[in-house]
Parts: sequence; structure tokens; C-alpha cells
Amino acid sequence: MADKPFIARGFQGRRAASSAGRLPPGQYETRDFPVLSAGPTPRVPLNKWDFTIRDTQGRSVRWSWEEFQALPHDKPTVDIHCVTKWSKFDTTWEGISVDTLLDAAKTAGLAEGAFVVAFCDGGYTTNLPIDDVSAGKAWVAFGYDGAPLPPEHGGPARLLVPHLYFWKSAKWVRGLQLLPKDQPGFWEQLGYHDRGDPWQEQRYQGDP
Amino acid sequence: MPNEPATVPAQRLEWRVATVVDVRAETARARTLVLDVPQWPGHRAGQHVDVRLVAEDGYQAQRSYSIASAPEQRSIELTVERIENAEVSPYLCDTLVVGDGLELRGPIGGYFVWDIALGGPLLLVAGGSGIVPLMCMLRHHARATPSARARVPVRLLYSARTWDDVIYREELQSLNERPEVDVRFTLTRDAPSGWTGYRRRIDGEMLAEVSPPVAEKLRGYVCGPTALVESVATQLVEMGHDPSRVRTERFGPTG
Repeated sequence: MADKPFIARGFQGRRAASSAGRLPPGQYETRDFPVLSAGPTPRVPLNKWDFTIRDTQGRSVRWSWEEFQALPHDKPTVDIHCVTKWSKFDTTWEGISVDTLLDAAKTAGLAEGAFVVAFCDGGYTTNLPIDDVSAGKAWVAFGYDGAPLPPEHGGPARLLVPHLYFWKSAKWVRGLQLLPKDQPGFWEQLGYHDRGDPWQEQRYQGDP
Repeated sequence: MPNEPATVPAQRLEWRVATVVDVRAETARARTLVLDVPQWPGHRAGQHVDVRLVAEDGYQAQRSYSIASAPEQRSIELTVERIENAEVSPYLCDTLVVGDGLELRGPIGGYFVWDIALGGPLLLVAGGSGIVPLMCMLRHHARATPSARARVPVRLLYSARTWDDVIYREELQSLNERPEVDVRFTLTRDAPSGWTGYRRRIDGEMLAEVSPPVAEKLRGYVCGPTALVESVATQLVEMGHDPSRVRTERFGPTG
């Protein structure tokens, strides 16, 4: 069945010329910014917020909101792709490169990990290979479209890993756990793919 | 959020060609597709499927649709709301006829699910076509044994624009006659004359009237447009309900 797709009788579809080459398979372009999450939106005051990187040896580095803001800011413009099929082009963000945070963790003597699990307010987690959050590919974002990131979109801060499906860009992120081995996160334990590359259409466990 | 065992098997979710065996108009804009799916592995109430439409030239579009039929039913039913000028829903609502094939894979999603074994009391809050996965839960509840049903009271608060926009209207009214089921509607735009139900957007006062007491530890499922879901979930938490027992799913318009 996989090699010869079933043709839907009478289906024309739309091929938006502007999105040629930018839309991964099975995705469509939206101009909205849909909101998806599994539970109520957590709300944490900024004076209680911090960001922590931990290794498996019990070492950690921690930033308060003010310390975090003092790190060098990046302003990436990226396309994002949600596993629920929408993609959104040229979204503009402000945040801290995860490289900056991992460098600080290394300097502080934390053991390097081959994988990370992002942990969040509300209990959400997601797993990522370290290579997918380093070398300029990932940020902890607190600004969106020139304004503070709204709570329903993950504010005060969310992970931004735009080259993977957007559930990897964990909302309300509070830190990264460095791990030697991959450890499935929230959706990954519920049947979603461990890596989630939209260009390979890695939506669910068992996808290529 | 507590993790639950994976419900999607580790092997690939294969695309299957379902056959449309019946179609039912639900409202002027929504219709139900009754599908016979070969080797359907079964689903839990609240799960969805991915539908894939492939054109002659290989172009494809995919969308997710919640399953409306109870796990106990033989066929899979999807209720689709037509979004004007969209790519997929007009095809499903207008072009597809009985006898046609429709490619899909699933079931998908293991968090926004409810089984009678999870217990209650159950609070379901729907906005518009957000009723679909909640209807699946109601239908599953209705098929449980009388003693199991009696242990799990269900309340549904369903917000629609008008009475004619209410999907599954007759079935919901009939379910409401059961002692363990309490269905309330709120109409936000227009109501028939003599309407005695709610006539406004869902607010804290309405939720307080409909929700079981905090001490009863409800299981809440909220599905609808983002603004409704954000507001209802936030207010339930403010009322003291445990956030980990309030599960949400958001329905932007799915073109």
C-alpha cells in the first residue's frame, strides 16, 4: 500500500506556488498560529521562573529570569511545522541559543550528554538528540513577533527547534536534562516519533 | 501530567483504504462519514485518525479528524465540518459518496482519551465541532453496563452558535433522559423562542453550576476553539480542580 498510494476520486487539492519547496509532505500552510496543548496553561511569575541544565551526576547550572535575559539574544526567523499538519512560514522569535546554554554547562563541568529531555511547567517533557539542539539549530525563546511570548504559546519561554515537528519545541520549558541514552518524553511515550523530522514525515513511532 | 502506557503500537501505523458505507447530514455544515476500515485495530474514546487525500498527479493533503463512534461500534464514524474555501473538508462533505474509498491511518493520540475504567465524575465541555471526540466518550459511556454507568455520572456543557449548529442534537437529548447523564447547551448567537437554556459564552458562573464539587475529583475533557479551551481550562484550575485531571484538545478550523 505504501508504494502505490490510493487516489482519492475527484480530489484536486491546492498547490500554493508560494510554498513550493517549503512545505514538508502532508503539510499545509496556515497564516494563523494554532494553539495545541494537552492540559491547562501553567502560569509562573517571572520571579519564580528559572532555567536549569542538569547532568546525570547531579551537577547543574541555573539561570534566574534576569540572568537569562542578560545572555546574548538571537532573533531567528524560521518556518515551523506542526504534526497536526499546519506549517507557518517566516515566524520571528527572540531567545537564547541553546549553544550558549550548553557552553555554560560545559564550562561548569557538567557531563556532556548524547540526548536531552526538555522539562516544563505542567509536567510536559520531550526528548531530543543533542545534535538537534546544538550548532545553531535550537533556542529557548521568550519573544514572538516583536512581543513577549503569550502564555498559550508557551510563555514565558519555550524551546524552539524549528527543523523538527513543533511538539519538540516544548512550551513552558524550565530546563534540559542531559542524558547518555534516549528517553522518550510525553508524546513520544504515547506513540509519537522519537525524532520527528517533518521532511522524513516522522510523525508516529514506526514511521521511517 | 502523569504518563500512561503507549496505546499506539511501535510498528508503523499503516495507511488503510476505508470504504464509505453511509453518510449522515448532522447540521447544514457538518456531516458524518460511516466507514468500513479493513483490519481496524480498535480505538479508545477521544482518539483521532489522519486522513490522506492523494490527487492523480501525486499531490497529497492530510488532516486529522476525531473519531465520533464508540469503540464498541463496528464502523468508524468521522464527523466533518465544512470550512468554506478549504482544501479537504469540502471534499469530505460534498464530493465523497457512499462506495468511495478514503485513505486513513490510526488510531492516534493517547492522552485525550477516556475509558469507563478511568471513572469519573466526567465533565465534558465542547465548543462547536469540538463535540466530536466527546461524543465518542458519551457513546462509550452509554454502552457500559448499567452498574458501571451508574458509578460514573457525566455532565456535558456544549456551546454552539445556534440550535441548528448543534451536532448530534437528537441523540444528546435522548442521552440526557438517562439519570446519570446531564446535558446542557449554551447558544451564543441565536436561540429558538421559548429557549430556557444558557444564552452566552461559557463563563465561570456557568462552569460552577455544571461542574461536580472539587472534592469529587472530576475528570475533565475540554475540546473546541482555542479561546474557549484556554478560558474553560484556566477557570476549572482556578476553581480548584486538579490540572492533571483536566485534558484539552483544541480545534482550530481544520480546512
